[in-house]
Amino acid sequence: MVAPELVERVIARALARGGDLGELYAEDRHGFSVTLDDGRVEDPRAGAERGASVRVVRGEASYFGHVDGTDEASLMKVADSVAQAVRGDERRPAALGAVRVAQGHPVTERPQGVAAARKAELLRECDERARTAGAEVAQVSVGYMEERRLVEVFNSDGLAAADDRTRVRLSAQVVARRNGASGPRVETGTDTRGGHAGFELLSGDPGAVAESAARKALTLLDAVDAPSGRLPVVVGNGFGGVLLHEAVGHGLEADAVQKRASVYAGKLGQQLAAPSVTAYDDGRRTGEWGSDGIDDEGTPTRRTTVIEDGCLTSYLYDLVRARADGVESTGNGRRQSFRHLPVPRMTNTYFAPGEATPEELIAGVQRGLYAVSFGGGQVEPATGDFVFGVSEGYLIEGGRVTAPVRGATLVGNGLEALRAVDGIAGDLRIATGYCGKAGQTVPAGVGQPHVRLAELTVGGTG
Amino acid sequence: MSADLEALARAGVEAALAAGAGEAEAWCEDTTSRQIRVYDGAVESLSDSGGRGIGIRAFLDGRVGYAYGTDLGPEGLRTIASTAASVAAVADPDEYAGLPEVCGATPVEGLESPAMAGFSTERKVELALAVERAARSRPGVTQVENAVYSDSEGAAAIANSGGFSASYATTRAWAYASAFAGDGEDLMTGLGVGLARDPAALDPEAIGVEAAERALALVGARQPPGRRCPVVLDTFVAASFAGFIGGMLSADSVQRGRSLFAGRQGEEVAGPSFVLVDEGCHPDGPASAPFDGEGSPTRRTSLIEDGRLAGFLYDTRTARKDARETTGNAGRGYRSAPSVGATNLLVQPGHASLAELFAQAGDGLYVTDVAGLHSGVNPVSGTFSVGASGRLIEGGELGAPVREITIAGDLVGMLRDIAAVGSEDRWVPLAGSVRAAPLLLGEMAMSGS
Repeated sequence: MVAPELVERVIARALARGGDLGELYAEDRHGFSVTLDDGRVEDPRAGAERGASVRVVRGEASYFGHVDGTDEASLMKVADSVAQAVRGDERRPAALGAVRVAQGHPVTERPQGVAAARKAELLRECDERARTAGAEVAQVSVGYMEERRLVEVFNSDGLAAADDRTRVRLSAQVVARRNGASGPRVETGTDTRGGHAGFELLSGDPGAVAESAARKALTLLDAVDAPSGRLPVVVGNGFGGVLLHEAVGHGLEADAVQKRASVYAGKLGQQLAAPSVTAYDDGRRTGEWGSDGIDDEGTPTRRTTVIEDGCLTSYLYDLVRARADGVESTGNGRRQSFRHLPVPRMTNTYFAPGEATPEELIAGVQRGLYAVSFGGGQVEPATGDFVFGVSEGYLIEGGRVTAPVRGATLVGNGLEALRAVDGIAGDLRIATGYCGKAGQTVPAGVGQPHVRLAELTVGGTG
Repeated sequence: MSADLEALARAGVEAALAAGAGEAEAWCEDTTSRQIRVYDGAVESLSDSGGRGIGIRAFLDGRVGYAYGTDLGPEGLRTIASTAASVAAVADPDEYAGLPEVCGATPVEGLESPAMAGFSTERKVELALAVERAARSRPGVTQVENAVYSDSEGAAAIANSGGFSASYATTRAWAYASAFAGDGEDLMTGLGVGLARDPAALDPEAIGVEAAERALALVGARQPPGRRCPVVLDTFVAASFAGFIGGMLSADSVQRGRSLFAGRQGEEVAGPSFVLVDEGCHPDGPASAPFDGEGSPTRRTSLIEDGRLAGFLYDTRTARKDARETTGNAGRGYRSAPSVGATNLLVQPGHASLAELFAQAGDGLYVTDVAGLHSGVNPVSGTFSVGASGRLIEGGELGAPVREITIAGDLVGMLRDIAAVGSEDRWVPLAGSVRAAPLLLGEMAMSGS
């Protein structure tokens, strides 16, 4: 994208008034998406963007600018404007190394090479599957999206790295409706399939995604009001891992830790959970939604053990925060695009599988909640307080899953929830999430096997 | 800048017609923005950015395709335009698709402040530092996680094959801070925020103090026992709910059967004191503009009037489907095709001061923060359950701080339960652009320990 000779001049220009690190990030991104709603294929949308950003880090401060386009004039202009903000003496960058192309993730069938008509067919197939799932299915919407990002990162330590990232994702939302004596009952179910992979990800029974969304919506039609109070909770595998992501993961991101804006600050080495609990952030996991070859600062992605046998073992670092703590970056410096500064972000975060079966976890609960999936969640990293909306949940009565419930939320605190983990199953699965932080949204894999929490506050509607 | 942008939009339209589109429309943006983040008395990051892009909508026999990009040279424009025309082929025909019947611009005073240009980067850094100092200066504040100053100067232009083209420029400046009070597992946070057309109109002292006071008010919070009681929603929380309700009043949500307001026009959906308006041409509105994302003039639309559902938000497509006029609510960025959304939502203030609302509540809960609104509300059935923190109201006065509460109910039930609207209204630019006032609710279920 950018010639090495120009890269060197841009970084030198950016460091004209000093800095500990000068960096050029360039990106070429192509995307396509199309949706189906109410039986109609609509909103086919294609985008092509190319741009770059320049960053200078000096001491604790970062200076940053970005520009659309990667031509010489634009790059030199943005390097100049960034340098203007720095107050120091010129620094000479190290010579640039040869570009290391990251070990990527396998893409068998390039989505760009697949005819748009076939993608529209995929949507119709999903629509059909959802509608045949039950007579009470009232509405179906399905979305397909693909993206390819070619990323290049260069810095004044001589780093030159490149990554070629392809992602596809299929999502379905189904509304089921039943007319009753007290007015219509309307419920929504969703499901997704996505990965850092090609179109082949959708070759095996894509309609299953829509059917699963439809089943959730239909099940909820029979839902009773959720109970309230402090109850044992069994959290489902896959998207259930959003609990770990929100309640623990965000607090392990080194920017929050270093500002003491995390309950996990100062707790490294402490026993936070039972010895059966181990958790990872793993940006290398093949084909997973939150995986990349390198992070957005050029550091190769890796698997970081954040909790080992219940002990807090590591935070998640980008380059700037790693330097402040005198450690190596863990490859978690991520950004939404060339328009954003990198910040420490999770990749794929999950609890390691245990020995139990989901049935065993449930059998141990007299009266509790089985939270299969969440509609989303929110956490205040400083306190660890979290809230999750349970999108699919059931009562557990006498060690068995009974009636579906609606409107349940889980309210609690990350440290409290970790301490409460008293059972982990072996059925690890990772789901596709989008994570928002600092005004940036990045794909993040959330996952876990079935996990049981001895007690948590359930906010119900009943 | 605006004139160049308009010419670019016209060139985009020409290129789309040349690529075979029957009708076409192009939307261009050019924005420069700055963000300064300070921490512990020093600059943590300073960013200075520019961006320019175009989005082209191509109509071919009722099929609509969209493409966008940042390569604005003649070759780049041709590629974007022909992509828009070619992807249209996979869409199903839409009998309601097309350009608006009426295009035009509503004059809005003061969208662009000339004072923006004269404010140096140094003074902006000083402003962010002043916000942080103000927050820190309050006894009991243990940390200011973020103090941020941000601004943008932008221009947008539209052109379509009906011969319409127009443009406008805006400036915006905002600052916010997040303050912490207390320690360890007892740490509480508070947010302060301010927004204006230029930095000179921001009050850093007020923003910092607001962050500090919101955090300090919650120090020592505990989980209270659950019960049903009157609830006062503070302005920020009222704004979050109003924003959510605004989303459900989009005619698109209604027509697709995804709104609990579908088919309830004229019905009593809120307490009689509740009035909600969307006003895209409000002179102080953060989201104001002369025209919407399709070139339709912005205007004032009554949504809930004295508790009755008065109307919905429309763009051209949804208006045609309901055989009526657009309300100028086509939202837009160059990366996405127009879609219906609120502009500036305004809750009409009432006559009661906050103290009077507490007195009226007697014994209840004052909610200053909710979490999980967007995951905790079912947009179709309206049932919700969200996390909350705030203060108890005891004998008409503010009492002990509380946290880890959930409040639950259904949205229409909650709206109908509005007993009074507070008099102290303000803009809350947190989720969308809402001018809100505190609300007193007769009774809600609150679950705790």
